[in-house]
Amino acid sequence: MPHRKEAGPVGLVKKKFFTFCEPPHEMVLEGGGRLGPITVAYETYGKLNRDRTNAILILHALSGDSHAAGKYSADDKKEGWWDATIGPGKAFDTDRYFVICSNVIGGCQGSTGPSSVNPATGRPYALSFPIITIGDMVQVQRHLVDHLEIERLFAVAGGSMGGMQALQWAVTFPDRVLASIPIATTAKHSPQQIAFNQVGRAAIMADPNFNDGEYYGKAVPKDGLALARMVGHITYLSDDSMHEKFGRRLRGKKTLGYSFNLDFEVESYLRYKGDAFVSRFDANSYLYITKAIDYFDLTLPSGALAKSLEKVKSKFLVVSFKSDWLYPPYQSKEIVKALMVNSVDITYCEIDSRYGHDAFLMDEGEMPKIVKNFLENVAARNGIAAPAAGA
Amino acid sequence: MTMQGSRIDYSVILDLIPAGAKILDLGCGDGSLLSQLVQAKGVTGRGIEISEEGVHACIAKGLTVLQGDIDGGLRDYPDRSFDYVILNQTIQAVKKPDVVLSEILRVGGKGVVGIPNFAFWRFRFFLLFNGRMPKTDFLPYEWYNTPNIHFCSVLDFDEYCRKNAIAVERRICLSTERGGRVLRGVRPNLFAESAVYLLSKK
Repeated sequence: MPHRKEAGPVGLVKKKFFTFCEPPHEMVLEGGGRLGPITVAYETYGKLNRDRTNAILILHALSGDSHAAGKYSADDKKEGWWDATIGPGKAFDTDRYFVICSNVIGGCQGSTGPSSVNPATGRPYALSFPIITIGDMVQVQRHLVDHLEIERLFAVAGGSMGGMQALQWAVTFPDRVLASIPIATTAKHSPQQIAFNQVGRAAIMADPNFNDGEYYGKAVPKDGLALARMVGHITYLSDDSMHEKFGRRLRGKKTLGYSFNLDFEVESYLRYKGDAFVSRFDANSYLYITKAIDYFDLTLPSGALAKSLEKVKSKFLVVSFKSDWLYPPYQSKEIVKALMVNSVDITYCEIDSRYGHDAFLMDEGEMPKIVKNFLENVAARNGIAAPAAGA
Repeated sequence: MTMQGSRIDYSVILDLIPAGAKILDLGCGDGSLLSQLVQAKGVTGRGIEISEEGVHACIAKGLTVLQGDIDGGLRDYPDRSFDYVILNQTIQAVKKPDVVLSEILRVGGKGVVGIPNFAFWRFRFFLLFNGRMPKTDFLPYEWYNTPNIHFCSVLDFDEYCRKNAIAVERRICLSTERGGRVLRGVRPNLFAESAVYLLSKK
């Protein structure tokens, strides 16, 4: 029986590392490159049950990392990026499930990426890092799941780029995923989505400090990266949520400045978000990860998504948000249709949120409840036991 | 569109559907009928529901449900994807009942369609004596806010099936009076408050 208790925090958590694919056994990437050794940074919350069948892999979006929930130390100001959904009694209930989240390759929060030192040269890879894809990210996660001795994941779940990985998992490893939860995502990146990513990349590459990516140990292309992030943030919000959040309110002044200094709240918000991003994110990682997203097209090779999804065995919960104009509901519906054609057990929900793409990260709203109910029912039907208490 | 009180129509539909069948319930609401079918008949069930609240309630019941509208919502299903497609007390709210009916018999082997009978004597009396649009517990809406846009009578529906090569395998006329009962007497068009049809292609 599902237990009803107050949702709580996961508490203090630790980042862990796993290294594999040591040369000469490098991983061959989808784009043809080779990469090794590969280190993957990950965190886990909750406990595995005796059969090792209660693991959920959480998949992060463009700017996310392995720190999905909890705090590293009591002094941390903020919890992990999806703390709203991960913890005892929450959607991804850590009293029942063993939750894993890893940083994608190409990232900059502990997993091997362009800012990592290439052991062959003793210097950061920078742009000599091979091009990676969503499929490569998933292959790396599969190594981690093997390392954790998990034969089949109970669920994979993520929003945005995380949703792409959730789809990819169900396609590449149909026997290793019981349930897939792609949220606010698409099966292939649209021209509009590619265009926004290209603006971000162009901003980084146009920064005088970019230096063909060879900026490590020197001044970083922070203006370019901040600009990329500002454009990104506009696409994550909605017209409605911007009205609500900022309106035309002025920042730190009572009257218009009649200058090019910041006047409006929205301007200073974007400036703040851009600057904050620069302190935690690597510009080259932004290039590599956005490129991986742009290359994502599950309809290949046939051009028909339904054909690509033929071998899928997982159950699906697909969620979209009405006001999400970056990953609009029609893209989720295309996934739903293609799964339907293949008689996949699929539930689809289009949430009436006003908060645009960002809605999938928010504490409030219906999404966590839906996910919780869905998981509880799938777990019950498939005899997925909770771990023994105190074990 | 949810009928309040006794659900005689549910028990009639439960009797019509064989155990283990593959079912699609169009306009499944909060999933009450579908979950009864899953529990009592072990069907493989799927619902389509337009309201977010309905979808959430279905998910909480552990049902497989797609949020979407019925008009055009069946287009993507291959022929004969289901043994039975249910459209219970919903046909009056769809934009194109004729298209939906033909889609039901394309994607399903059989259709189970429950209609409110607009020729029910109380409706006739209401209009005749009050001169106002009929309202009942079962159809409680005002003319300006009703989601119900395509009413028909039992006779109308019979005729539609005849003209469109739809075989009526069963027609069960219902009254919600006295806790809900099946009518076996004459003049169903006058005395039935609703009717459940079991349909197939001729």
